[in-house]
Amino acid sequence: MADLLSSRNLRRALPWVVIVVVALVLPAVLPPFRLNLLGRFLSLGIVALGIDLIWGYTGMLSLGQGIFFALGAYALGMYLQLSSLEPGQLPEFFSLYGVKSLPAFWQPFTSPLFTFFAIWVIPALVAGVLGYLVFRNRIKGVYFSILTQAALLVFFNFFNGQQKLINGTNGLKTDTARLFGLLVGSDAMQRHLFWLTVVLVIAAWFLCRWLTRGRFGDALVAIRDDEPRLRFTGYNPTAYKTVVFAVAGALAGISGALYTVQSGIVSPQYMAVPFSIEMVIWVAVGGRGTLIGAVLGAVLINYAKSLVSEQLPETWLFIQGGLFLLVVTALPDGLVGWWRQGGPGRLIAMVGVPPKAATYPSLDLDPEVQAEHSDIDTTPRGGAS
Amino acid sequence: MDLLYDTLFNGLAIGSVLVLAALGLAVVFGLMGVINMAHGELMMLGAYTTFVVQNIFKAVLPEALFPVYILVAIPLAFAVSGLVGLLLEKTVIRRLYGRPLETLLATWGVSLILQQFVRSVSSAFAIGLLLAVVGGLLVPRLTPKQWWQQRWTPLLGTGSWIVSGLIGIVVASLLGGQRVLDQPWFSARNIDVTAPVWLRGSIDVGAVNMPAARLFIIALTVVALVAVGWFLQKSVWGMRIRAVTQNRPMSDCLGIPTEKVDALTFLIGSGLAGVAGVAVTLLGSVGPNLGGNYIVDCFMVVVLGGVGKLAGTVLAALGIGVLSYIVGSGSLLLVWPAMPAGLNELITFFATTSMAKVLVFAVIVVFLQIRPAGLFPQKGRMVEA
Repeated sequence: MADLLSSRNLRRALPWVVIVVVALVLPAVLPPFRLNLLGRFLSLGIVALGIDLIWGYTGMLSLGQGIFFALGAYALGMYLQLSSLEPGQLPEFFSLYGVKSLPAFWQPFTSPLFTFFAIWVIPALVAGVLGYLVFRNRIKGVYFSILTQAALLVFFNFFNGQQKLINGTNGLKTDTARLFGLLVGSDAMQRHLFWLTVVLVIAAWFLCRWLTRGRFGDALVAIRDDEPRLRFTGYNPTAYKTVVFAVAGALAGISGALYTVQSGIVSPQYMAVPFSIEMVIWVAVGGRGTLIGAVLGAVLINYAKSLVSEQLPETWLFIQGGLFLLVVTALPDGLVGWWRQGGPGRLIAMVGVPPKAATYPSLDLDPEVQAEHSDIDTTPRGGAS
Repeated sequence: MDLLYDTLFNGLAIGSVLVLAALGLAVVFGLMGVINMAHGELMMLGAYTTFVVQNIFKAVLPEALFPVYILVAIPLAFAVSGLVGLLLEKTVIRRLYGRPLETLLATWGVSLILQQFVRSVSSAFAIGLLLAVVGGLLVPRLTPKQWWQQRWTPLLGTGSWIVSGLIGIVVASLLGGQRVLDQPWFSARNIDVTAPVWLRGSIDVGAVNMPAARLFIIALTVVALVAVGWFLQKSVWGMRIRAVTQNRPMSDCLGIPTEKVDALTFLIGSGLAGVAGVAVTLLGSVGPNLGGNYIVDCFMVVVLGGVGKLAGTVLAALGIGVLSYIVGSGSLLLVWPAMPAGLNELITFFATTSMAKVLVFAVIVVFLQIRPAGLFPQKGRMVEA
């Protein structure tokens, strides 16, 4: 019995307990509105996982994940617009702009199978092509970030301006459509979508863990820490970066599709510049380079945002701005990284309770001694940015 | 011919605002490799300074002096934005030296805070903020010295700031009960700056109509360019800035105070943003979101122009300005009315301001495929060059 309850086993069991609670208990306890919010935030966790892959592990800060998020969302949104129509009918908004026949690129979205693949293949392809063009020229660092942001603005302007093709600013409504015989906006459907989201978050987490362990993951970390050295040892970083960027794009697409059916609309606002930067801060607060941190960060920050916005809408930007500052100056590894590196123990040590030391206390605890030995630093992540 | 001049003038007018806005960003980016996401908000501060100066001139000073308020606003805007930038450098950016991506996130946080600050600042708010800052700064002076060499010193530091922050919030909300003190200074609405009479007319040369405000902006840009160019090329500190831009460790070894150079550069770069803010007020009403409209364009100018050369910035900004105007106004159609139908349709498709942006950014991305380091790349033999 004592064996079963050892701290190691407990630690292993903890995630599963959390998952069971989230998946089974919460839908029974929470009111539909809160459950829907949680489902949305969990689906944002998937795009955060993708950002963690490319930023936390590979060191590429993309400010344009909103492109792929919105592409996935639009793919599903277009299908839902068409699915509940009689043959020969057009979605309502087309008549407003005098469009008589369905534009050609809408045609494939009548097929559910095509849509199923389009949700993640189209974002992955777009990400792959964009990424390849950028990485091929060895554009990286801040330049890469700016280019992704510019690409985001291009897509935003395009979707925002094309009333006749995609209903422009107004976006596409998804909650009045029917999926498997249920109204998408109905409580029952939302509960199913919540479970689907939970399953997909777990699947995405396993995918990312599989990618970041083993040789592929080592190559990613090598790109982050010293790309030229990796190239000189005979690897081709471009291929690795393109693949991982495409994977992150696919994850963003899936995330967008899940988010759009739970929020009832897809609009160009998904490609707004601030939203994509927010995605990055979820990962930063949760802890980059720790997959669970990405999901946690997305859920926690969005919950905080919705709570604060309900009570004191004016203060949210202050809090969010403060979070950006705090996390880069004081918590570079995020909450999860802080926890794993013994942050709570150090906090307690400040008020006088000496923590348990693995080696000599002075070596473990005294900042001055640590500074002297910083050249034999063995922590896995040195200050790479 | 008139069309050519008209296009050139309008392109130049758009481009000169971009030059002014991107100039500061380019100087800072060249020196520190830091992308200052708050640059747009520093412009906004400049614009609001102009607004305040205008109101003071209207309310206090004799009417005869009103026409020159804009000339007074320029140095004041430079000072306000420059000081805020200096503060930003001293408190945040200095800690993040060598981590450009973190700097990007931190400055984004600052930009959010500045935006919301402008929206919600009122007399009560300002008094509360002042109290909080003064309190936080005073605590170390009023407490025994040995408190600041303890294990729990970090807790004390954080705690004192939290307490003084709370005091500030409480005082602000108490004062907020008074109508007069609770009135926001600017609120979230857009503000309008009335241009003085001599900037309201326009000058006709041939068939080209040149608004005086546009001419003033072009002149202001030229003056700013000449001043910055002179400062960088002829003054001692300009030489030091150029040295640090070229090779930071070497300059440091030769005794150039790189920290002071950083602070000075940031002050100048931010001040130039303030001047750009003054120019922007002449083009229309401005609001707290002003920064977002310019920041990505400025980045594109910097990326396209390459690092460390003023000529690159100027050429890139003017190029983008002229190209946007040609595409956005669809004036190619006027030159060649008999063009084939397909091409005609394509040009009409892009003939709006936002679609022109789409095309221009796409052109820039393609251009970077050929010249990844921009128009005027810095030559070097580093792997990371």
